[in-house]
Amino acid sequence: MSRPHDTRPLSPHLMHYKFPLTAMLSIGHRACGIVNSAAIVLLVIVVASAAGTPEGYGFAAALVDSWFGKLVLFGFTLTLYYHLCNGVRHLFWDVGRGLEVAMAMKSAYVCLAAALALSVITWIVAAAA
Amino acid sequence: MRNLRTPLSEVKGLGSAKEGTGHFWSQRLTAIALVPLVLWLCFSVAALPGMDYLSVREWLSSPFTSIMMVLFIAVAFYHARLGLQSIIEDYVGGHGGRTLAVIGVTFAGAVLAVVGVFSVLRIAFAG
Repeated sequence: MSRPHDTRPLSPHLMHYKFPLTAMLSIGHRACGIVNSAAIVLLVIVVASAAGTPEGYGFAAALVDSWFGKLVLFGFTLTLYYHLCNGVRHLFWDVGRGLEVAMAMKSAYVCLAAALALSVITWIVAAAA
Repeated sequence: MRNLRTPLSEVKGLGSAKEGTGHFWSQRLTAIALVPLVLWLCFSVAALPGMDYLSVREWLSSPFTSIMMVLFIAVAFYHARLGLQSIIEDYVGGHGGRTLAVIGVTFAGAVLAVVGVFSVLRIAFAG
């Protein structure tokens, strides 16, 4: 708690402090977790409408099949795979492995590359199917 | 061994809730289960020849897909509830709002998960 007449900046000052990559990935893990919650809600909407009438499913499918829907789906593959890869990174940390700064930086890059690669491969499979 | 707790703390009864690492452990178990389930879901949806009504229903009605989808929905909603609970507890100030938000996320997740599982089973059994 800062005192009323204390005008010195807090450290780290959030407007000036440059977040290291590992910090960005950490907050990104939570942000993607929230986005993934929206993704599974969409999944239930699609599955529930497939259990209903063709008309109802057609409405849900048209939303998902639009260019905006495809963009959202591509975003969901990125957030799902990112959260998955970073989650595996967390599981290694949980058993005490890879906690050194150099290793954490290395696994950060591996995690980002793996998430991007898995997304691209998934969409190549989708385009080929 | 002598009880090391003070008489006041025993009277207040606010000791350990005996849950300890329960939340942590459930989150990790569901995370491990979701690794194959997410990979399965993404790649099998990507491999579908079409997203039309009949193709999607045919896909969902196969026993393997039904089982994997029910597992995915159940585990994913539980994992999401645990994660959202942690986020709410970290960022929502005020005891009342925080408790209401956790209750809301829990109920919404439970309802959506049951709707999802019921829909899969309806397609699988009722055709």
